[in-house]
Amino acid sequence: MTSISLCLLIILAPLVASIIVGLFGFAIGKTLSHSLTTLGVFIATICSYIILYRVHVEGFSYDGPLYTWLGVDGQYFTVGLLVDSLTAIMLVIVSSVSLMVHIYTIGYMAGEEGYQRFFSYISLFTFMMFMLVLSNNFVQLFFGWEGVGLVSYLLIGFYYKRESAIFANLKAFLVNRVGDLGFILGIGLILANFGTLHYQEVFNQLPNIVHATVPYTSWNLITFICILLFIGAMGKSAQFPLHVWLPDSMEGPTPISALIHAATMVTAGIFMVARLSPIYNLSPTALGVIVVLGGINCLFLGILGIIQNDIKRVVAYSTLSQLGYMAVALGCGAYSVAIFHLMTHAFFKGLLFLAAGSVILAMHHEQDMTKMGGLAKYMPVTYITMLIGSLALAGIPPFAGFFSKDMILESARVAYANGLPGGWFAVFATYASVIVTAIYSFRLIFMTFHGEERFRDISHHDNHGHGHGHHSFKHNNPKESPWVVTLPLILMAIPSVIIGWVGLNGFINNTIFTNSVFNYSWYVNFIQHEKIAPLEMIAHSFTELPVYLALAGILIAWIFHRKQYLTKRFVNAIRPVYFILERKYFMDDLYINLLAPIGRALGDFFWKIGDMVVIDGLIVNGSAKVVAWYAKVFRRLQSGYVNSYATFMVLGIILLLTFCSKLIFS
Amino acid sequence: MIVIQQYLILSAILFAISVMGIFLNRKNIIVILMSIELMLLAVNFNFITFSSFLHNLDGQIFVFFTLTVAAAEASIGLAILILLFRNLRSINVQDMDSLQG
Repeated sequence: MTSISLCLLIILAPLVASIIVGLFGFAIGKTLSHSLTTLGVFIATICSYIILYRVHVEGFSYDGPLYTWLGVDGQYFTVGLLVDSLTAIMLVIVSSVSLMVHIYTIGYMAGEEGYQRFFSYISLFTFMMFMLVLSNNFVQLFFGWEGVGLVSYLLIGFYYKRESAIFANLKAFLVNRVGDLGFILGIGLILANFGTLHYQEVFNQLPNIVHATVPYTSWNLITFICILLFIGAMGKSAQFPLHVWLPDSMEGPTPISALIHAATMVTAGIFMVARLSPIYNLSPTALGVIVVLGGINCLFLGILGIIQNDIKRVVAYSTLSQLGYMAVALGCGAYSVAIFHLMTHAFFKGLLFLAAGSVILAMHHEQDMTKMGGLAKYMPVTYITMLIGSLALAGIPPFAGFFSKDMILESARVAYANGLPGGWFAVFATYASVIVTAIYSFRLIFMTFHGEERFRDISHHDNHGHGHGHHSFKHNNPKESPWVVTLPLILMAIPSVIIGWVGLNGFINNTIFTNSVFNYSWYVNFIQHEKIAPLEMIAHSFTELPVYLALAGILIAWIFHRKQYLTKRFVNAIRPVYFILERKYFMDDLYINLLAPIGRALGDFFWKIGDMVVIDGLIVNGSAKVVAWYAKVFRRLQSGYVNSYATFMVLGIILLLTFCSKLIFS
Repeated sequence: MIVIQQYLILSAILFAISVMGIFLNRKNIIVILMSIELMLLAVNFNFITFSSFLHNLDGQIFVFFTLTVAAAEASIGLAILILLFRNLRSINVQDMDSLQG
């Protein structure tokens, strides 16, 4: 098969499966539904690996249109394919994680209401993500961007009878609208100034536009475009201050937290910036903005993870923090490193979420870690895989996260040394965040899998409606999850260990992305003088700070776990700080109590004044009223007397003749 | 010597009278019919005048046709008027306002 038809197969297989299951799910039953969607994604996965092979080994690449979607005023919007190394890597990440999640869902969602609907959604998500990744122009990127946003909205509100879920999905939707506004403004500016939306054509025109300014101002156009596009990425990739939706999105079922809100969708913003690296390279100011926002995400939102008790929320805040790491790498101009971390993160964070889901399943949908503990001996597979995920997350060598995170720290230092605005903050935030990451990830491990078995006391009614009724762990022990759940865990644990070794050279020295991602010059210069091999890097790491920071973090987590009274005393000592952390830096309060009322007041104003008075009253009803008034006056002419009609006729003829004769005789 | 203008002025006066008859009459619908006849006569008068002054008999022949048609029209008009009277029990023009808006 040609590579183009392979790409088409990658895109269409999940779509077809999604449509069939979505429309006929009830008719074909559960087994066929999950087989069909899993098969679709399996085909896509196989094809993705073939594409990866062809791109990296045979040097294949493609950039061309599939068909013209719309032509307006000489502007053609096409659906196209761009297959290069970045696309290939993303295809493999998305399809692999998606496949794991499909298999996992068979076990996790068994017996839940809306089983077929769920499979239809996640297949649709996979399709949208492929469209986003494979696009060669901004319009298709935006289509995929909105598509994944839509599915994310649908899946956060999957339990649509739960009020908190509806609140969360609306929140995600609204916050993403803010980001998307910036994104589409950026795309509009590109169209207006470059006259095209095709990536390559835009890149080719860059030299002509470097010094252009935004009309009527002295702002640099490129910087402006970059920041607008990054606002879009802030929405999708949950960067401060548009991060508030991601923790709430944990209302959705756990598999989608793994797939959408950890591994793939939230990294779309990172992918977008890496894809547009030639543009971003022209604007150190925009890079500075990205670095600072990424640093805030990385450190301050990571800290919030330490105080969460909900197992999924801990992982969610860690996702925010890791997205911050990726943003810092982007801002430092080390795009390939950002993609490297994106890849390792996709696997170990997907793994962590799936393992958390496995714990939740065993605890009968109890997510509160204060009610867990000591699960290690009952759930060995989940425990070991989650431990691997956490080690990778904390950046302990030789797990995958170590390599990518270490390189991000390195790139931050390089950028700082070369005078990137905000560089010092990036260095500080990334280093401090290493210890924070280790604390929250091992706090989770200790609270869930070690210590006393607090779950013995809980006995609650199952409110998820799949009818097991009354649960209690008084006499029976928690059970390990079924193989469809543990198999994906094991399969995700393998890359979480080895992918760093495999990818290191290609990503760090950017031998993979020679034609698709262009790192900033200072990083390129830096990396030329370094020869980096995995083993040397591990050996070298023990002479440097980060590993010790991570180990210290684990130690702190362990001490606070063993000595509960210390924890209490510590919390009391920092009561005001703890309060601020508990309120999540008042970001939610800011949005709900300040920005939302302003938005609502604005909406009310436009509704009551703009819509009801101006549009309804003045324009719609007003025009009708004018007609009615006019008719009321002029109906008096309709006396009904024939002779008055005759009078008007004759007068009319006289008038007409007068004018005509004037025209003729003058 | 009578000049053509005098004939034309007479015919115009006749026409104007009949038009005013239609305009101003509010009482009797028969007067409207009569005014219409008078209009036709005024027009016929013009025909004859031009025919005589131009020594061309075509105009006078036309007048015969017009008179015939006018007679037929008058008879139809009167027939309608009788039907109207049967229905309304009145020939007062002011009663006939069912077209009023």
